[in-house]
This record gives sequence, C-alpha cells and structure tokens, in this order.
Amino acid sequence: MVIEMDAIANIKREYINNLAIEGKRLDERAPDEYRELKIIPNYIKKAEGSAYVELGATKVIVGVKYDVGTPFPDIPNEGVMTTSAELPPLASPEFESGPPGEDAIELARVVDRGIRESKALDTGKLCIVPGELVRIVFVDIQVLDDGGNLLDACGIGAITALKCAKMPIYNAEGNPTDEIESLPLRKVPVTCTIAKIGGKLLVDPQKDEEKIMASRITVSTDEDGNVVAMQKGIDGSFKLEEVMEAVRLAKIKGQENREKILKAIEEAE
Amino acid sequence: MKVITMTRCDGRKNDELRTVKMEVGVLNRADGSAYVEWGNNKVYAAVYGPKEVIPRFLARNDKAYLRCKYSMAPFSVEDRKRPGPDRRSVEIGKVMAGALAPAIILEDYPNSMIEVLVDVMQADAGTRCAGITAATLALVDAGIPMRGLVSACASGKVDDQIVLDLCKEEDNSGQADVPLAILSRTEDITLLQMDGIMTEEEVDEALSLAIKGCKSIYQMQMDALKSKYGD
Repeated sequence: MVIEMDAIANIKREYINNLAIEGKRLDERAPDEYRELKIIPNYIKKAEGSAYVELGATKVIVGVKYDVGTPFPDIPNEGVMTTSAELPPLASPEFESGPPGEDAIELARVVDRGIRESKALDTGKLCIVPGELVRIVFVDIQVLDDGGNLLDACGIGAITALKCAKMPIYNAEGNPTDEIESLPLRKVPVTCTIAKIGGKLLVDPQKDEEKIMASRITVSTDEDGNVVAMQKGIDGSFKLEEVMEAVRLAKIKGQENREKILKAIEEAE
Repeated sequence: MKVITMTRCDGRKNDELRTVKMEVGVLNRADGSAYVEWGNNKVYAAVYGPKEVIPRFLARNDKAYLRCKYSMAPFSVEDRKRPGPDRRSVEIGKVMAGALAPAIILEDYPNSMIEVLVDVMQADAGTRCAGITAATLALVDAGIPMRGLVSACASGKVDDQIVLDLCKEEDNSGQADVPLAILSRTEDITLLQMDGIMTEEEVDEALSLAIKGCKSIYQMQMDALKSKYGD
C-alpha cells in the first residue's frame, strides 16, 4: 500500500541508485554491512522471554508467552509455536490500526518460517501429557519504530526471546511445578534480508533504501551453514546467480549476527 | 549428477513433472480466465480490469495497482477449510502479486486496478505455482499487455535427493520445498520461497531444476494459448 506521504522524491531515488552502482550507500555503509545492532534480552519482565532490538533506526520488541492446551490431532505429542506481528500506527505514518494487513502477516510468517523450518524448537519436548496437554508458545512481535528492515530486526528479536525464555516445568499430571527450564532450542537460525538497488545487493536496507529497492530477498540460515527458509519479497526479480550470492551473504552475515545474539544473552545472564 | 536410485511415490523420475493440463478462457464473466489441472490440483484464475480502483486511495498515478487474491474452497483439502482469508492465503496473494507484477506493463494503466483472482478447487501441493501459471494465462486472455509469460514450478528435497514438483505425500514427508516462478524469456526469478533444510549446493541444484520445470510449463502455456488463439 502506498500513501502519498510515503512518496520519495525522484531525485533521491536516482541518488540512492547511483550510489549503489558505485558500491556506496546513503549512510556510508559498505554493501554487506549491517547497521548497529543492539539487543537487550529479557526486556519485558512479564513475558517468559523477550528482547528489545535496535537495528539502526528500527526498534522492535518481541515477547514470548506460553499457555497449555490440547495438541493438534495429527501431532498429538508435539507442542505448538505461533508467531504474530503488529505494525501499529505508533511505529510509522504508513501503518494503520486494525487487523494485520498483508505486510504484517508476511512479516510474522517469514520470521516464523525461519525458526520453524530449521527445527530449532524441539516441539516434542513441549509435550506435557501425550495426546492431552502440550505447551503452546506464542511469539508476539511489536514494532515501535520502522526504520527499515523490520524482517531482520524481528527475526533477531524472536530467536533471542525464545533463547532466553524460561518456563515452569510441568509434572506428569499436567500441573506446573516451582522449577523453571529454558525452551528446548536446538539451533539459533538468523534471517538476513538483502535489497537489490541499481543491480547491486545491499544487506539490511534502511527505510529510504526500502522505498526505492527493485526487489528484496530474505534468507534464513542456521549455524551449520544450512539454508532453512527463503522469501523473495515485493515486486521485481533476481537472477539465479544473484540468489546464490544472497545465500552466501546470508550465511556470513547470519553468523555475525548469531554471535551478537549469543553474546547479548550471555552478558544478560 | 547423482545416480537416480529411488523411484518416487508416484513413480516419477526426479526431474519429471506431474501431468499438467491447461485451458484458456474457461469463465464467461471474467475479462480473462484460465484453468490449470496439475496432478491432483485443480485451479481457476480470473482477471478483471483494468478497472476503477476501489478503495480510491490505492490508486497510483504512475502505474496500475495490481491486486492478487488467493483462496481455497472449503472442500479443496482433506480437513474442511474454513471459508474466508487466512494468514496463509493473504501471504500467498502477496507473493503472487510480486511474481506477476514484473511481467505486466502496469505503466500503461495509471489510476486503474488489475485484479487477479486465483481459486483452488482441489489442492495437492503446488497450488501457488499452479495459480501463478493459470493467472498468467488469464492475464493474456484479458488482453493485458505483458513483457512475457510467468511460469511457475516447485522443486524440493525428498529422501536427500533434489526432485521436481513435489506431490502432497512428498511435501508432507520432504525435507524442503522451493516454489519458484520466472519470467520465461529472461529467466528472471519473480517468486522464490523456500522452507526446509538445504545446503548452499542443494539450493543451487534445486533452483536450477525448478527453472527447468518452469521452462516446460512455459511450453505448455504457449500451447494452451495457441490452441485458444491460434498461432
């Protein structure tokens, strides 16, 4: 959805394009350079796990809450993870209140897929009483300030919040005990979003770059170097070689951000 | 190349598509339409427009607004699907628009809207690819100016092998699924999604195989258009 306010002057469009062709960017970053990443684990005390993430001018909070409930009939011994995202009017003049639109749904689903498909969360261990009671893990994303590349900020926030979440241990009768445990996380998958501008690939697009990018691709990778999810966003296209270049970039940048996530959690604990 | 050691659950070779049938101009009221039967998938696409943009604020003064809607009939899947848009349908509609937009000369119709509707009557893995393939035919049928045809096909990883066009059983048990669409003339990738676990080399192999599948689909699209409109 494009509202007039979101319009960007053609002159700026041309300027950003020309910079990209020369391998430069508005904020003087290198094409493969992320903005400064700040992660505060356990930012929300009421949540079982949470993270405040700043990626340049972008600010998001992700909270993890849980509930117990009956499992899906086709997977009676597995818990459930669900992810939702809100793009509230507070975070941008382009956002409107009301039920989640296309962008919010895509955001939540791409973040969810990166975690789910990597098999990071051992859903079998979320089972409390087989066939009767399982843990349901809610990952809720709140965007505070849309400075561009919400996908990576939210992806980093989600895995950080899951990684530092602590929940009561349930006994075999299905009652909570006083002891707490971490979520059964086997991996730390990280998304890396890459914009195509002026035929060049730029990681972590900021807002002005997002407004003029020809296309966008998000690649989630795990610590073993596997690709666990991909999504081409918006209009535009990529050549096969560009996709493979994006995959290579995502592996390197994903590892760098993974180390930052783990360091932030370690320092917080 | 890997030696093909295993046959697939429906007996296909690793690089073999399911049986695909296409027909152009199957609905009377729509400005353009098409039907694609792809294995056990049955998918209709309709195109309306260029027409007035509703709501008005979505209108663009430099190009047409492209709206894509994907929906599944309640009876299209094993467990009845609750009617109306769910999160999956909304996301597929969005990525379909992204897949089709590069092929449509939207600049020809500023301040108007082109609406693409994909309705799945029977689903058996690969509905978004069948939908994009059908939508492209419907766009041509509606007389919308195009830069080329968009052809879609998925590949994936099943039993540690890269295979083309996963059927439902393979999709459920498989290790990865990679739906892809290309502008056939230039091989520009306009839809790319992937879920599962793959190495970089496997991603490369899967993308190349899916592009090959898209090219076969392109031939069938051309044949379907020729049988409707002649050479």
